[in-house]
Amino acid sequence: MLTKSPTLKAGFAALAMTAAFVPAAAQAEGTVNIYSYRQPFLIEPLLDAFTEKTGIETEVLFLDQGLEDRIAAEGENSPADVILTVDIGRLVNVEEKGVTQSVDNETINANIPAEFRDPEGNWFGLTTRGRVVYASKERVDQDTITYEELADPKWKGKICMRSGQHMYNIALFASMIANLGEEKAEEWMKGLKANLNGKPNGNDRAQAQAIYAGECDLGIGNTYYVGKMMTNDKEPEQKEWAKAIKVLFPNTEDRGTHVNISGMAMAQHAPNQENAIALMEYLSSAEAQAIYAEQNFEYPVLPSAETAELVKSFGDIKPDSLPLAEIAAHRKAASEMVDRVGLDEGPES
Amino acid sequence: MSSFSLNTPKLPAIDRRARRQSHKWPIGIVAVVAAIVLLPVATLVVTALGSTGEDWPHLARYVLPQSIVTTLELLVLVALGSGIIGVGCAWLVVAYEFPMRRVFAWALVLPLAVPPYLAAYAFAEFFHYVGPVQSLVRDLFGFERPSDYWFPDIRSTVGAAIVITAVTFPYVYLTARVVFLMQGRNIADVARTLGAGPARVFWRVLLPVARPAIVAGVALVLMETVNDFGAVQHLGVNTMTFAVYSTWLNRGSLEGAAQIAVIMLVLVLVLLTAEQMARRKQRFHAPRGTQINIRPPRKALLGGRALAAMGIALLPILAGFGVPLAIFGRYALNRLNQFGEPALAEAFLTSVAVAVAAAGLAVGAALAILYAARLVRSPMMIFMVRLATVGYALPGTILALGLLLSLARLDNAVDAFARSYMGFSTGLLLTGSAAAVILACAIRFLALAEGAVQAGLEKLPPNLDQAARSLGRSAPASAVSVLLPLLKPAIFTAAILVFVDTVKELSATILLRPFGFNTLATYVYENASRGAVEEGAVAALLIIVTSILPVALLSGPLMRDSGA
Repeated sequence: MLTKSPTLKAGFAALAMTAAFVPAAAQAEGTVNIYSYRQPFLIEPLLDAFTEKTGIETEVLFLDQGLEDRIAAEGENSPADVILTVDIGRLVNVEEKGVTQSVDNETINANIPAEFRDPEGNWFGLTTRGRVVYASKERVDQDTITYEELADPKWKGKICMRSGQHMYNIALFASMIANLGEEKAEEWMKGLKANLNGKPNGNDRAQAQAIYAGECDLGIGNTYYVGKMMTNDKEPEQKEWAKAIKVLFPNTEDRGTHVNISGMAMAQHAPNQENAIALMEYLSSAEAQAIYAEQNFEYPVLPSAETAELVKSFGDIKPDSLPLAEIAAHRKAASEMVDRVGLDEGPES
Repeated sequence: MSSFSLNTPKLPAIDRRARRQSHKWPIGIVAVVAAIVLLPVATLVVTALGSTGEDWPHLARYVLPQSIVTTLELLVLVALGSGIIGVGCAWLVVAYEFPMRRVFAWALVLPLAVPPYLAAYAFAEFFHYVGPVQSLVRDLFGFERPSDYWFPDIRSTVGAAIVITAVTFPYVYLTARVVFLMQGRNIADVARTLGAGPARVFWRVLLPVARPAIVAGVALVLMETVNDFGAVQHLGVNTMTFAVYSTWLNRGSLEGAAQIAVIMLVLVLVLLTAEQMARRKQRFHAPRGTQINIRPPRKALLGGRALAAMGIALLPILAGFGVPLAIFGRYALNRLNQFGEPALAEAFLTSVAVAVAAAGLAVGAALAILYAARLVRSPMMIFMVRLATVGYALPGTILALGLLLSLARLDNAVDAFARSYMGFSTGLLLTGSAAAVILACAIRFLALAEGAVQAGLEKLPPNLDQAARSLGRSAPASAVSVLLPLLKPAIFTAAILVFVDTVKELSATILLRPFGFNTLATYVYENASRGAVEEGAVAALLIIVTSILPVALLSGPLMRDSGA
């Protein structure tokens, strides 16, 4: 079959060769290379605005796993200038892997409050998001809650969540360990497990969907997903899911709600350092922070930037003041605890 | 008429000397291919050995026992499911005549076009509380809440087995059908003339003869099951692959992850070796020519039986192809404008180019090592060929990571050499270009090419090329002039299988690709904003459509060639 069309075959082969040897647009002047754990889709509006303003072109390489391993393997020849990622654990991973370099820039330091950046300048937070409780409007009367309460037997069979090994949950559990100590945190996790409706699965939106469907009364999820669902014109059914839930900010009466960050770092062997700094300055600026807030429904780290009205309507967030580095430090313990407790196996029936 | 022997044919004495002389180069070929293919695996093993062992107590106590059990459960269920559906459907379309049989025979291959991660997503939607199935159940019986009735949960080990079976059973279907059509026909005829009915012929004659082919198909399915991450993650099933990821990403232990991956490889090697041992005494050769143009006696089914046959053939097609198509088709309808995006066209072309290149590489490598193994039938050789194909059982990201670590080291060494001796920088030659992606896909899917070529090669009796060699041709020349033309259908099948899997490949591509390099699969992923797969629906649909064409080609010649 294939052999009948040698021209086609040759064409494909040529195509393959071209694809294989297109030079990596690495050291071109006026470019900044971004290795990103964040979807291009999310950062595109920001990067477009950046290019318009500075004339510096951006190249994005999106990876979902192994970003720091790749940069480490590439070594001195790595084209990476700026690393973008979500989750404090990943930011610390990137730093610990030794693929970042310290940045000490007045503008950036002025824009980003000290609690949201590494003291050594190896990473900087750009936005925060709360890990909150989604509660059924119809079946849950209370308007306040604590994470501790999720282990209360009164919720037996009523809680839904995504995998305990997902980085967002790992960060939450790490904060529980930091706040309660390992022993109490494990007791708590066992209680949470006993209250689950089934095996943890799906993503955060799926938890809202499950509440809408009546499968559970409570779900654990990030704040911005609610905004994303409420404004999803293409899948209007997601608006229905969002309408079925209310956002409860846990522990507002005491230590506050667990928050995680998205952030940036400069790569160790960044070939375009100046452009990288320009980008990092821009991302911390009022203009970029407003884009983050309005389009992604995240909380900007720049104190003067406004949170989106929609997000404000969920209520005020009081972030847990636990240092982010503390959370990162307990990440491994949290992951092992999830295994030990067998959280992802769901409740014992 | 037919000649099939139950023993490995002895090479004629006259050939012994030639065989001994040509011992060296085949071993060399296999060694080179195996070395390249095993590069990522070896890197992993080295990584695993580099561990301080601090993670081991935790892994051994809390992670491995549970994940090994889950993995084995999944493997058993998928093996049974794909075996029964694949063999059953193959037999149905070969042995019976019913309305639209030809269409079904063709369409049963279509589920191969759907990657497991997309199928898992589609099934979860389809069987969800708010999905069409449960809505229908509620309307029919007047239920109002989930607590009013019981409904099986797709997000379970059984559910994952159903999803994976639905899109991988065609591997078994394909191999079984070919054997039923080509291999078994003469034997079947003999059995029929001796008075055996179709059912008896099936159980007593064809099934045993087809067993090696069926087992080979099931082995492919199982390797695909072991390497899957996307589907089990979405469905919340904690297999060993899942444990590899949580150990690597959440506990920051690449060494621990590599250790689990190595255990997975050992498991797969044990399974494959067991399979090899079990069928070592069985080798079936049917000289080509005798079976062509003899229509198998096909029993016509009428009335209710014909309807039942159509239903049986339709169900797996609906499950593995219809459901994903419907789910993504609906999302795509809301995003028709995406079809016009130049980025999508570019992603399509890149997918095709990478898939063609990977298919070429994989098939070439498969031909080389299998022919070498045909010349030198030593246990060591067979083991090395096996070893060269285990990459398929590794999760894509892990294989890619192993490849990345070794290729980047090579790139940097070349660069350092060029800098110091030639005064210029080569940069990252392989890992900075698409070469790494193509190589990764070829290595990953070598098992598919090997399986298909092997199936063809097995049917060619050794006396064919031996005859050519006894007439004075060298071994490579006899391979090119005698075996290659006869192997065309097998080579074609091998290339298509690799092509389709490369188009579907996501995890290795995403880790290894250079800047601005998008395939359809990475396009789906990039557009799937924060876990909302529907944003990638258009590209997902394109993956399915791109794979349909070659899959259809795969079905076509088989039918024409053998009057199916």
